[in-house]
Amino acid sequence: MRLTYSAEAVRLAVPALSLTVLLAAVFWLQPRAMSYVGLNLLFNLAVPIALATIAQMLIMAVNDLDLSMGTFVSFVACVAATFLRDTPLLGTLILAGVVGVYAAIGIVIHLRNLPSIVVSLGMSFVWAGLAVLLLPAPGGQPPDWVRALMTAKPPFAPMAIIASIVIALVAHLLVMRSSLGVLIRGVGGNERSVERAGWSVLAARAAAYGLAGVFAVLAGIALVGLTTSADANIALRYTLLSIAGVILGGGEFIGGRVSPIGAVIGALTLTLAGSFLSFLRISPDWQIGAQGAILIIVLALRLLLARIEKREKAR
Amino acid sequence: MRMLGRISRKPWMWSWTAAFVVWFATIMVTGGASTFDLSQAALTFAAFSIIVGIGQMFVITLGPGNIDLSVPSTMTLAGTLALKLMEVDNAMIVPGLVIAMITGVGVGVVNYALIKALRIPPIIATLSVSFIVQSAAIWTNRGLRIKPPSFLADFTTANTLGVPNVAIIALVISVFAWFLLEKTIYGRWISAVGQSMPAAKMAGIPVDGTRFVTYIFCAVLASLAGYLLACFSGGAALNMGSEYLLMSIAVVVLGGTAVAGGDSNVPGIWGASLFMFLVVSMLNTYGLGAGIRLIMTGLIIISVIMLAGGRAR
Repeated sequence: MRLTYSAEAVRLAVPALSLTVLLAAVFWLQPRAMSYVGLNLLFNLAVPIALATIAQMLIMAVNDLDLSMGTFVSFVACVAATFLRDTPLLGTLILAGVVGVYAAIGIVIHLRNLPSIVVSLGMSFVWAGLAVLLLPAPGGQPPDWVRALMTAKPPFAPMAIIASIVIALVAHLLVMRSSLGVLIRGVGGNERSVERAGWSVLAARAAAYGLAGVFAVLAGIALVGLTTSADANIALRYTLLSIAGVILGGGEFIGGRVSPIGAVIGALTLTLAGSFLSFLRISPDWQIGAQGAILIIVLALRLLLARIEKREKAR
Repeated sequence: MRMLGRISRKPWMWSWTAAFVVWFATIMVTGGASTFDLSQAALTFAAFSIIVGIGQMFVITLGPGNIDLSVPSTMTLAGTLALKLMEVDNAMIVPGLVIAMITGVGVGVVNYALIKALRIPPIIATLSVSFIVQSAAIWTNRGLRIKPPSFLADFTTANTLGVPNVAIIALVISVFAWFLLEKTIYGRWISAVGQSMPAAKMAGIPVDGTRFVTYIFCAVLASLAGYLLACFSGGAALNMGSEYLLMSIAVVVLGGTAVAGGDSNVPGIWGASLFMFLVVSMLNTYGLGAGIRLIMTGLIIISVIMLAGGRAR
């Protein structure tokens, strides 16, 4: 019993530790960040990234990979800044429709046994095209309720922190505690045995893709709420950021091993890395590079802890 | 021989057929007037995706999870460094090429060092490296746009006997890659590792050495493509590699190389690269806007993979 507990704990310990260290470093460099406003500024942009990371995690849970995440979130942002504001009903229908498209992609990938990388690659062109059609130039405005929600100032803790905790909890309940979540992770672990046990793998994959679509749609809406306008290239980075976030959070590419709480922490870490670097006054030329370096360091740390855990187990 | 026909013909036929259909559909619109120009442009632009795609194909052949995401940034850094060193001087062409190659070798070594030493999945390792390489490129580039030496600029944009020079370079590299894959023990090792790493290990194949060399090979081809592209387009731009990230993966898979690894296909890369360029020019000829063009490109990629790559369960 103690062993299983510690394995799960180690999986979460590294992301949590990295986030804590990074946060401590930021506070040390810039004590004024240690306030309500400061924290909100630090983590504001983490909310859409965390949602996109959860979406990517759901796809990775069934051993697939979504290379269209960035363009899809951009497309949703464009819809949210145009249709969702001007004609809420039509906007909602479009967003519900694209969630359906996501589920359909899952079905097609499963039925034809296609490589998810290529299908999502193709879809990334489709979403980019649709986004360009909607907003050829940057523009649009978020619906007022989205803006109000994203800029709300709840008591005690800033919105960004509360939102992150809510996202992590909802995703945790959905993926780790519900029977659907177990089924989805089971497909990633051993598809054949799930099938033999009488479950429909097709339905599980469709559900995973559909849920991923829901989280990605939320990511796009949240992003528009923060940026106040949208354009077709607004979230292209999200494809790689979301994959990196899942891995930073202790998830793995195959085997259905994912951690929703870890994924949110991973997304927060990636966001914080950017702020940390600007506090260090690193030349902007090297900001992206330093982000890569932080990614490498955290993963090295994870390897180290995994080794220690193995040694403990062997004892 | 029959075995060879069964395994290799089918996968690359799809991309060639698709490329031919699109080529035909485009020249029909113009009544055959632009046949030669279109073919020449297609060969020129496809050449860059072919060079990058062959490197990516070697990496993808290594098995599931092996993908090199550092390709675009390696192209940019190699192009930038080479042009900076050459400084429009024709005498410096060879040193420029050497520095581009060294860049490639360096990136490849770092990529595999991370994959091996830190046991990071290749996607994440090459992604982290690409961030660092991209930064290095930004730092060296500094918004300067140095022109390539006049000889190189002429060479990369000229034709020999009607065939673009860059396409000839791509052909030489393709033949070399085909030879490596089909006729050397190294090529067999790559396929073996891609089909099953444990089995390859048990068979006494130097798995680490094979993977190491492959990652270097991919990065060197990327830097060569960056060098040529920078000369072709009259200077290195910071975003010049960005479209080749998805492109390199797309041409490999559309060309019929198994995404699960262990089965590669050089001719397919040619068909797929020509196809990717021709689709865009066909949609341009029909006078469609950027948005529609992107959507059509995506739908065509998906249809091709559904026709060619799918196996019913």
